[in-house]
Amino acid sequence: MIKMLGLRLARLVATLFAVSVITFAMTLLLPGDPINAILPPTTERDPQIVAQIREEYGLDNNIAVRYKDWLNDAVLHQDLGTSYVTRGQKVTDQIKNRVPVTAQLALMAVVIALFFAIPIGVLGAYRQSKWDDQLTSAGMQVALSIPNFIAAIMLGWLFAIKLDLLPNTGWARISKEGLLANLKTSILPATALALTQMAIFSRLVRSDMIATLQENYILSARAKGLPDRFVLFRHALRPSSLSLITIVGINFGALLGGTVVIEQVFSLPGLGSKLLSAISSRDILMVQGITVFIATVYVIVNTLVDLLYIVIDPRIRRS
Amino acid sequence: MTLLDDAKSDTSSPSPSSNTPGKKKRQSPLAVFREMPILVKLSALWVLLIVVGSIYGKIDVLLDDVLPLQDPILQTNAFNPDTLEFGTGTPSENPSLTHWLGTDSIARDGFARIVHGSWVSLIVALVSATFGIVVGGFLGSLVGFVRGKTETIIMSLIDVILAFPALVLLLAMVSIFEVRNLYVISLVIGFLSIPAYTRVARANSLAISNREFVLAAQAIGTKPSKILFREIIPNVYQSLLSYALVAAAFVIVVEGTLSFLGLSVQLPTPTWGNMINEARSNINLTVWPVVWPSLALTFTVLSFNQIGDFFQKRNAVRGSAL
Repeated sequence: MIKMLGLRLARLVATLFAVSVITFAMTLLLPGDPINAILPPTTERDPQIVAQIREEYGLDNNIAVRYKDWLNDAVLHQDLGTSYVTRGQKVTDQIKNRVPVTAQLALMAVVIALFFAIPIGVLGAYRQSKWDDQLTSAGMQVALSIPNFIAAIMLGWLFAIKLDLLPNTGWARISKEGLLANLKTSILPATALALTQMAIFSRLVRSDMIATLQENYILSARAKGLPDRFVLFRHALRPSSLSLITIVGINFGALLGGTVVIEQVFSLPGLGSKLLSAISSRDILMVQGITVFIATVYVIVNTLVDLLYIVIDPRIRRS
Repeated sequence: MTLLDDAKSDTSSPSPSSNTPGKKKRQSPLAVFREMPILVKLSALWVLLIVVGSIYGKIDVLLDDVLPLQDPILQTNAFNPDTLEFGTGTPSENPSLTHWLGTDSIARDGFARIVHGSWVSLIVALVSATFGIVVGGFLGSLVGFVRGKTETIIMSLIDVILAFPALVLLLAMVSIFEVRNLYVISLVIGFLSIPAYTRVARANSLAISNREFVLAAQAIGTKPSKILFREIIPNVYQSLLSYALVAAAFVIVVEGTLSFLGLSVQLPTPTWGNMINEARSNINLTVWPVVWPSLALTFTVLSFNQIGDFFQKRNAVRGSAL
């Protein structure tokens, strides 16, 4: 157990290191002077500012030294540099400011997806190949194939423009405008984001449960005369929840990518919309900072999921 | 030589002595089509329609509009210097006989734009599949067969790329390029497709490397490179092809997303994604210009998913029967 933990942590550190190298290398891929990466090509080149940037980023040092300094600042001082496109915004301040929106969206999406996926998957397994299973399976196939930005636009059109129930754009912070206002602005984006995940989760629960329902202990539970609902949700769902946890972890990356688009559709002040605006203003430092941040979160979440798996499943713990 | 030939023919049937039912060499596409459930059949027809449509549109462009399809970029209400008259179209028209899917906010023909828009999606999917199958397929087959240090090094590299959320890495990479055209977009997406294919190929290669025909080839002293190219890779490719269909669905969504965000090929080239984005600003007035490209995109993704699922199930049944 301890050895396994150690191995997993070592791998985590190695992966994070590699992720940081790749993200750092992005600025080197740009042709010409690295100053081009920091100052966008459209801004005026004041020699004084250029010299100041050269000094601050140590651009005259070699790549290894620059990488070491960058990593040092990032890890020890939580400092990913200062954007020169948006007049001295610190990258980390921007991230801190925008993380709550993205995190809330991703979390809500997972909750919504699971809330619908588990009953649908269980139903599908219980009524395998009957009309209700075929209907929900087909529905999930379609849900899986709708790109999330299309779902977002259509939900926005239906609920905000046609029915005029919810706002189409914008974000109300819980701390300022309260929970209800916040939910009004977050429910549509979270639902749009949840749709694909729901389809993936429910397919998994369904196929997992079909296998579980063949097991002897299910037969004996039924023979004891336990009601079907009890057998399904108490006995059969338990083992399926393990693979569900894994897939939630793996799909977290898709979810983080998804928030980028969804935030753009609903104009939400999250990490994703900042990433996009940084891309369009060629603010490479901001792009670099947000990318490394998102990748780090993703890697850590996946490690936590792995560890959780070990804690939950006694079979793995023993081996 | 004869022994080797035997070992080779083993790839289609497990052991030379037993006559397994799956021995039929290669089914004609029509026979496979008949095997499909009705939904998969419809999906295959839709994909065929899209492929034919996109090629038709491309030929139309190359031959200077000789084929009966409207110009996707022409604003049908614009002034025509030859006839000295304005066009007869109006913006945001409803579907009619002249404009089957109506017109968009600047009076361009919706149907023509949908037909032309499929080109970018399909090319990106094709390039990504080619990169994935050729490079990823080779790398995966190689490391699954030779194992050892090569495997550790290559797979760690692959894992690092997969450690990034796909769309975020793609956005970061696309942001490096100042000019974004079809070459750049399909190359970047193609490059980023390699890791997933490598993983799938490796898993298959690992399984195949332990099969009797590979062991037999090794036992008679066949050169490893020959085993790799003659035994492993042809078998890995079969399962990669069905994976490629599911991956194509994903890639089409990714390209659609990039287009939608305005980070794919430059305007005015029509793509389904940028059509949705352009039509979105007018959604208050009419929703249809958003709906058509959305449906085209969703149907295509759904179709690729369905066909991919069908072939994966079919391969799985075959594999377990061996």
